[in-house]
Amino acid sequence: MRTMGHETPAGDLRLANLTKRFGVFTAVDDLSLTVPQGSFFALLGASGCGKTTTLRMIAGLEEPTSGQVLLGDRDIAGLRPYKRPVNTVFQSYALFPHLDIHENVAFGLRRRGIRKVTDQVERMLALVQLEGYGRRKPAQLSGGQQQRVALARALINHPQVLLLDEPLGALDLKLRRQMQIELKRIQTEVGITFVHVTHDQEEAMTMADTVAVMNAGRIEQLGAPADLYEYPATAFVANFLGQSNLLAGEAAGRTGDDLPVTAHGARFSVPADRARVDHGPVFLGVRPEKLHLAADPGEVPAGHQHVGGVVTDASYVGVSTQYLVRTAWGSELSVFAANSGVGGRLAVGTPVTAHWDPRHAFVLPREPGEDDQTAPLLDEPPVGVPS
Amino acid sequence: MRRWIADRWVMGVALLVLGYLSLPIVVVAGLSFNRPSSRLSYDFNEFTLDNWTQPCATSDMCDAVVRSMEIGLIATVVSTLLGTLMAFALVRHGFRGRAGINGLIFLPMATPELVMGTSLLALFVAAGVPQGFWTIVIAHVMFCVSFVVVTVKARLSGMDRRLEEAAMDLYASEWQTFRRITLPLVLPGIMAAALLAFSLSFDDFIITNFNAGTTVTFPMYVWGAAQRGIPPQVNVIGTAMFAIALLLVGASTLRGRRARRAALVAPVAAVGTPKSAS
Repeated sequence: MRTMGHETPAGDLRLANLTKRFGVFTAVDDLSLTVPQGSFFALLGASGCGKTTTLRMIAGLEEPTSGQVLLGDRDIAGLRPYKRPVNTVFQSYALFPHLDIHENVAFGLRRRGIRKVTDQVERMLALVQLEGYGRRKPAQLSGGQQQRVALARALINHPQVLLLDEPLGALDLKLRRQMQIELKRIQTEVGITFVHVTHDQEEAMTMADTVAVMNAGRIEQLGAPADLYEYPATAFVANFLGQSNLLAGEAAGRTGDDLPVTAHGARFSVPADRARVDHGPVFLGVRPEKLHLAADPGEVPAGHQHVGGVVTDASYVGVSTQYLVRTAWGSELSVFAANSGVGGRLAVGTPVTAHWDPRHAFVLPREPGEDDQTAPLLDEPPVGVPS
Repeated sequence: MRRWIADRWVMGVALLVLGYLSLPIVVVAGLSFNRPSSRLSYDFNEFTLDNWTQPCATSDMCDAVVRSMEIGLIATVVSTLLGTLMAFALVRHGFRGRAGINGLIFLPMATPELVMGTSLLALFVAAGVPQGFWTIVIAHVMFCVSFVVVTVKARLSGMDRRLEEAAMDLYASEWQTFRRITLPLVLPGIMAAALLAFSLSFDDFIITNFNAGTTVTFPMYVWGAAQRGIPPQVNVIGTAMFAIALLLVGASTLRGRRARRAALVAPVAAVGTPKSAS
């Protein structure tokens, strides 16, 4: 019935100048990106950033205002959803309530005129560990089981691209972790390109090979999770992906391999390859876990940069203690100190020196007039990213 | 003791209300087995099965029942079809004047039947349409459509659009999506609307009376017979209709329950595989 081969690899998924406007609102703004075949790609962003609209345009459920959706060399942007070798796992799962699990999973095969579906359905249910659940109705399954049925229903068609629209959003934390590992395992097993939309930065970082951070219909930065975390490109990424202490400063050109930055009357230095700009207003950024506290300025290791301040808050969260340190000019820096048994806890009111290795700092462009951005303390411990 | 009463008084009240509701039906059922002592007597005189073995002893009455059935079926089919299409248009498509039409739908339900009957009569007379079978059908379709639209609309707007998107995503064309997903999910609403339309049509007296000409429907026959003494077979028809309705409802409830139980029993064997994260 369909002319396209489902088993043949399609090549990379490319979005070229993709734009979607709803009236005067531009949901997706001239978006271009390439998802390599077989990779696990995450579109990360806050709600309303255009990530779901992008996904729906790939699925064919939304028509682009302009631009192309290319699968290999073929532009599929004009095709109806049922003509695309692409399947979706919906946020609400969208299981058909009047069909049992077996028929839900078999739906795509039957629509393509395949008669003998039982073996394939059984195999797919085994893959998502739901053997024997075929005769149940969706309403009789738990959220996690429904999620896996939705996955099986999409995967059985061997799509060239599988789209996942916040598929784990409705699950509780423990189950979500479990499903993250499970999804990653399945993706490795079937080797299909996964495009995963999420607002959960941790989810994106643990699962995806490549993460694209979206903001206001555009991509802020695209790269491997560790690269994004260690060396963000914009202030938005620095604060959306984990936390950052961003100090407002000025740069006036590099000196050798270093870039001197003046901030709040003090001079700091950052390696030039850690700077996104080297002139004009900049942010000097350091991640909270890369800041260390010393009660005595003499303890600061040689080569470290430092800022003096007073501890204004200390919250013990088990694996770490999260401090707020008020600097002389009034900004409060976040500092995460691992509770590794080295050094005692610092009391509120203690004068301290916050110091960091310049190779852990980064310099980002800043709009003139923007002040320090030091993230508020969260309850959750920071995300550990293997670097 | 007080506790015993406290636990059961709601149940007691419910039974009383239920009794109040079903008493007239019991009387009708009882009288269907009665051999009346005289034409105008409604007292229970003597038990007999004659009324049930010869329901068409008064042939006028059976003619009227058949006619009401015909009218009811035609009006049901036409109004269900029209009403369902209207409901889809009103829920699924944005167009100019949608809000206005949504309001107009309620007009036939809110208008007194007397007013609707007379205005329809005036319309038919002015247009030179002779009153009879087809004018009754037209009148019935008119007021049934409103109820169908409202019933189907409720079902349709409660339906998740993502289900249709998911079907399209899984290679179902527009028609297949309608046939496999939309229709099965909206069907209970359409069936309920059809049943409602039929009972409204079968039962209607006021509007029908204005537009019937010389045609006599079952309600009109009963009304006419009431002057001269209602034949006991009327009670047979009434009881039979009630029994059929009861059977239909009972069957659908039973089917639903059996399907649910079957679905629950089937995977018991599978519960043994513990790897699932439920």
